[in-house]
Amino acid sequence: MRYQLIGVNHKSAPLEVRERLAISEKNLPDCCRDLTAHPGIEEGMIISTCNRVEVITHTSNGCADLRGFLHDHFHLTAAELDSHLYEFREKEAVRHIFRVASSLDSMVVGEAQILGQVKEAYATARAVGSVRGQLDQLFTRAFAVAKRVRTETAVGSSSVSIASVAVELAKKIFGTLQGKNVFIVGAGKMSELAARHLMAHGCASIFVANRTYERAIGLAQKFNGQAIKFEDLYNACDKADIVITSTGAPHAIFRKEHGEQFLSRRKNKPMFFIDIAVPRDVSPEMAKLDGIFAYDIDDLQQAVSSHAADRRHEAELAEAIITSEVERFEARLHTLDVVPTIVSLQDHLETIRQAEIDRVRGRMGALTPEQEMAMEALTRGIINKVMHTPITTLKTAARESEATTVIDVVRRLFNLHDKEKGPASQANRESTGKKEVETRH
Amino acid sequence: MSLLWLRFALACYFIGLTYAFFALTRTSDLFSRIALHAASLGMVFHFVSLVELFLAGHVVWASVHNGESLLAFFSMTFFMIIYSIYQTTSPGVVVFPIVFFLTFVAAIDEQPVLLTGFVQHKGWLIAHIILIFTGYAALVLSFGASLLYLLQERRLKAKKPSSLISFLPALEVIDQIGYRSLLLGFPFMTLGLITGSVVAMSTYGHIDFADPKILLSILMWLVYMIMVFTRWNSGWRGRRAAVLATCAFVAAVVAWAANYFSTIHRFVAS
Repeated sequence: MRYQLIGVNHKSAPLEVRERLAISEKNLPDCCRDLTAHPGIEEGMIISTCNRVEVITHTSNGCADLRGFLHDHFHLTAAELDSHLYEFREKEAVRHIFRVASSLDSMVVGEAQILGQVKEAYATARAVGSVRGQLDQLFTRAFAVAKRVRTETAVGSSSVSIASVAVELAKKIFGTLQGKNVFIVGAGKMSELAARHLMAHGCASIFVANRTYERAIGLAQKFNGQAIKFEDLYNACDKADIVITSTGAPHAIFRKEHGEQFLSRRKNKPMFFIDIAVPRDVSPEMAKLDGIFAYDIDDLQQAVSSHAADRRHEAELAEAIITSEVERFEARLHTLDVVPTIVSLQDHLETIRQAEIDRVRGRMGALTPEQEMAMEALTRGIINKVMHTPITTLKTAARESEATTVIDVVRRLFNLHDKEKGPASQANRESTGKKEVETRH
Repeated sequence: MSLLWLRFALACYFIGLTYAFFALTRTSDLFSRIALHAASLGMVFHFVSLVELFLAGHVVWASVHNGESLLAFFSMTFFMIIYSIYQTTSPGVVVFPIVFFLTFVAAIDEQPVLLTGFVQHKGWLIAHIILIFTGYAALVLSFGASLLYLLQERRLKAKKPSSLISFLPALEVIDQIGYRSLLLGFPFMTLGLITGSVVAMSTYGHIDFADPKILLSILMWLVYMIMVFTRWNSGWRGRRAAVLATCAFVAAVVAWAANYFSTIHRFVAS
C-alpha cells in the first residue's frame, strides 16, 4: 500500500489559497497527465472542488515529492503554500479518501454533492489513464463505503446543507421568502439544489443565466423560470432578491459598480448573494456595499457550524464504519500483496517439478502413458502438499497484517527474489531495509 | 393617587429597562416574555394613572410632566402594536429606556412645570399635544428601528450568525417597522405642528419664526420630511437612514429642550 495524498481543504486553507489551486474541469485531464509524469508517481488523480484540492497518488516508493509537484504546477512558493497543506500516507490516506467520499470531511457534513464530484474526478483520471489498478481499487471501495455510510447512518438525511443554510440566511434578511425572486448565475448542480430549496420556501420566480444559453433554458424549464442571456445579466440581475452564483469565471463577475447599479435600480432594497464559486464571483468590494449581503463558501461554513452538533452523533457512527472499512481494505490489500509471492512460489516449484521429470525421462527413456500419468500425479501431489502450508501461512499472515515478514521469509527460503517485481518484492526490500536499520541501532 | 399608579408603572418599566440592557449582550426568551408582561402591566397602571388624572379634573394639559407621561404611554402603545404585528420585542431595546426615562421624570413629582400661556382654545391645545406626542412616539420607534437595522446589518455583514444579538428580527421586518412608524408619525407630526400654530396664532396673534421653539420645530419637521422623502424616493436604509433618523431624533429632543429658551412655548414653575 503506497498511497500518498496531499491537499488543502476549507479547514486548512483560506479561500484565497484555494482559489489559486483550483483546477477547472477543462484543465483537469492535462493536470492528471502532468501528475503521472512527475518522478515516482505511478498513478494519480486530482479532486478539485470549491472546498478542496487534493492530489491522490500511488507511488513507486511511497515517498514521491508531491509538494514539489504542487509548487511547480501552480507556481507557488513553499512559504505561500506549505503551511496550508496536509499530507497522508498509506492507511491514513485511505481513511481520508473514505471520509471525503462519505462526506465526513465536507464543509456541510453529509452533503451529497461531494460523492458526485469525486466520481467525476475519478472518471476524468481514468479516461486519461492516470488511474489504473491501485487507485481503481481504492476508489471503487471508497464509493462502496460512501454508500454504506449513507444507508447505515442518518448523516446525510438531515436538512442541513449549503442549500438550507442559504435559505436560513435569506430568511434573516428578508423575513419571509414569499414573493422573492431568485437568480441563478451559472447552471451548476449546487446552485440548482439551493434554488430548489428557496423555491420550496416560497420564492416566487426564478431567472437563470448561463454562458451556454441552452443550459440556462434547460434549468429554467425545470423551475418554470426564465432563461436570461449571459450578456443581459447585469440588466436583469436587479430583479432578483437572491442571487446564487457559481460560474467558473477566473475573476469576479459582480464588482462594486454592478452592486451600485443594482441598488440604485432597486431603490436600495437589499440583495443577497450566495457565492458558491471558487474563485469567487462577487468581489469583496461589492460585498461591502450597504444593502449587499454576499456570503461565499467560507462564510457559509461559519453559518453551518452552529448545526454541527446535530450531526455529531451520526458522524461518530459514520467514523466507526470508516475505521472498520479501512481495516478491511488494508487486509484485502495485504492479501493482494501475497498473491504475487504465491504465484511465484507455484511457478518456482512447477519449474523444479518439470526439470526433475525431464531428468527422469532422460535417464529412463520413453515411458508408457500410464507411467507418465502416475509420475505426473505423484509429483503434483508432493508439490501441492509442500506448498499447502506456506500458502496457508501467507494468506493468514496477510489477514493479520504480518504479510511483509512472512513474504520476506518465504521469498528468502525459496529464493524468489529475482523472479517477481511486484509489491511483494517491494515489501521485501522495505523490510530488509528496516532490518538493516534495526541491526545498526 | 395618579402619581402612585404612575410609580407602579415605572417599576414595571424598570424590568423592561433591565431587559433592554440584557438583550444587548445575550438572548433569553424567558426574559423577553417577562419584560413583555411587565411592560403590559406597566401600561395598565400607566393608563389608570392617566384616566384618574383626567377624571379627577386635575389634568393640566400644559403640564410638562403630564406631557412626558403621555408621550411615554404613546410610545409603549406603538411598541405593543408592533409587537402584535411582528411578534418581536426587539424595538424594546430602544423604546424601554426612553419610556422609562420619560415616566421617571414624570413620576418624581417635583413642582409641576407648566408651559406659558395657552389658556384659551383648550380643544386645539389638547389636539396639538396628542398629535405631537403621537408623532414623537412614532419618531422614537422609527429611530429605534433604524438603530436595530444598523445592528442587524452589521451582524449579517460580519457573517457571524451565532453572535450575541441574534434576537433581532429579519432585516426587512425591522425596515418595515421603521418605515411604517415613520409614515404613520409624519401626518401626526404635521397636524400637531399645524394645530400648535393655530393655538399660537390665536394666543399671540402672530407666529414668531425667530423663536427657537418655532425654528427648531420647523427644522425637526423638515428633517422628518427629508427622511420620508428619501425613503420613499430612493429607499434609503441602513447607515444613511440611521443618520437621518438620529438627526430627526436629536432635532426633536432639541426642540423639546427649546422650551427652556422659547418666549412663547416656555417651561415655567407653577
